[in-house]
Amino acid sequence: MAALKRSNKPVFWSLFGAGGMLAALIGPMLIFITGIAVPPQAMSYERVLVFARHGLGKLAILMVISLFLFHGVHRMYHCLHDFGIHVGPGLKALFHGFAVAGTLVAAYLLIGL
Amino acid sequence: MSKTIQIECLRYHPETDTEPHYQTYEVPFTDDMSVLQGLQYIKDRLDGSLTFRWSCRMAICGSCGQMVNGVPLLGCETFLRDYYPGKVRVEPLNHFPIVRDLAIDQSDFLTKLEAVKPFLISENVPEKGTFRQTPEQMEDYYQYSKCINCLLCYAACPQYGLNSSFTGPAALALLHRYNADSRDEGTSERMKLVNAEDGVWGCTLVGYCSEVCPKAVDPARAVNQNKINSAKDYFFRFFRK
Amino acid sequence: MKTYTRPMAGWWRRNPYYLWYMLREASCLFVTAYALVLLAGLFRLAQGKQAYEAWLQALASPLSLAFHAVALVLVLYHAWTWFRVMPRTMPFLRIGGRRVPDGFIVASAFASSIVLSGALFIAVWQL
Repeated sequence: MAALKRSNKPVFWSLFGAGGMLAALIGPMLIFITGIAVPPQAMSYERVLVFARHGLGKLAILMVISLFLFHGVHRMYHCLHDFGIHVGPGLKALFHGFAVAGTLVAAYLLIGL
Repeated sequence: MSKTIQIECLRYHPETDTEPHYQTYEVPFTDDMSVLQGLQYIKDRLDGSLTFRWSCRMAICGSCGQMVNGVPLLGCETFLRDYYPGKVRVEPLNHFPIVRDLAIDQSDFLTKLEAVKPFLISENVPEKGTFRQTPEQMEDYYQYSKCINCLLCYAACPQYGLNSSFTGPAALALLHRYNADSRDEGTSERMKLVNAEDGVWGCTLVGYCSEVCPKAVDPARAVNQNKINSAKDYFFRFFRK
Repeated sequence: MKTYTRPMAGWWRRNPYYLWYMLREASCLFVTAYALVLLAGLFRLAQGKQAYEAWLQALASPLSLAFHAVALVLVLYHAWTWFRVMPRTMPFLRIGGRRVPDGFIVASAFASSIVLSGALFIAVWQL
């Protein structure tokens, strides 16, 4: 059997799980609101800015973007493996690094508002 | 005039073949005949060279697992009448090397089974009498104890097919069966295997293993429950003595 | 012992169960893409009113609507499969000594989703 080294999966899996739960709970409604209905009042520049300037608003936006990214990249990485593509630590770093980058960009933008 | 059904079998004789091929047999059958009985008819009356495993004929020994039209099933509890008038294609269980015809090499599984320490580990065996368990304590591990090692779950699991180092559903379900048993004290000994990349983390919850299990063991549950245990072990290990 | 190992290529096309699994997995592409759409919106928001309104305009394009429609369907499928699999990721739950049935866990998860989504809907249109 392969080496019994402790896997670091729990870190990525926990983020994947949190993102998946969030996406399952409110993903569809979020997509409907921001992508299909696009209510002009609620999504007006002024309203969204007020929301994004509020501490809780910042947290909400950051959580959605970050956790959705971590959920997505983890599954994408595994999808590649499922298709028979050889995935190693390099690709793993790339995918998760992408999610980290997205998180950092979002945080930076939110702090600056 | 009795009905006949076409049973197409994968054939592979290592002494003569470089790769498998298929052979179709015309088998007379009655509505009560299982796929296993169909194979036995072939071996007894049509082609004695057909090789396959079987024993109890009643879904308890776990020997007769086959792919029947692409689905892992026990030959003894799968019935020809459900496929008639279509053809029945019988192949050896997926994801295992083929030894001969419909027989696979299970040695990889047996190694993994040994590795999970599938026995009660306890310093506190009662001197007199027996252990005692409440119905709830028994419920915690009972379904996992019903595994008959038939390997249908391994044939179902694409992660095992893609990476045969993965410990796999049945071995992990049996690992959990002992961890969950109140009489057992060996959880810490088994954690190393759980926490490894090829332990529970090789699973992506396809879930097909639990679909095909003939004994409702629900290996998917055993494996994925232990992802939480493994994560707890990972994050809290620095808070333990 | 000479054995024969069958190739795994195309394994997911050989059984409908695997096809549905791949569809579930594919939902992740849309979850990621949607997060990036939101990130883009955040970026535009930070740039100012004109930039943000250009983003809103882009959301109204046929391509964007098509993307979000597909994303909605796939994320709904993700939610469906996620909740239905939840009992298998947890240890047995007991209340008062009796086991909480898996169906109850699944139903509670769906109910939570409906309540939270409803609250979000109300928050957006009423406030």
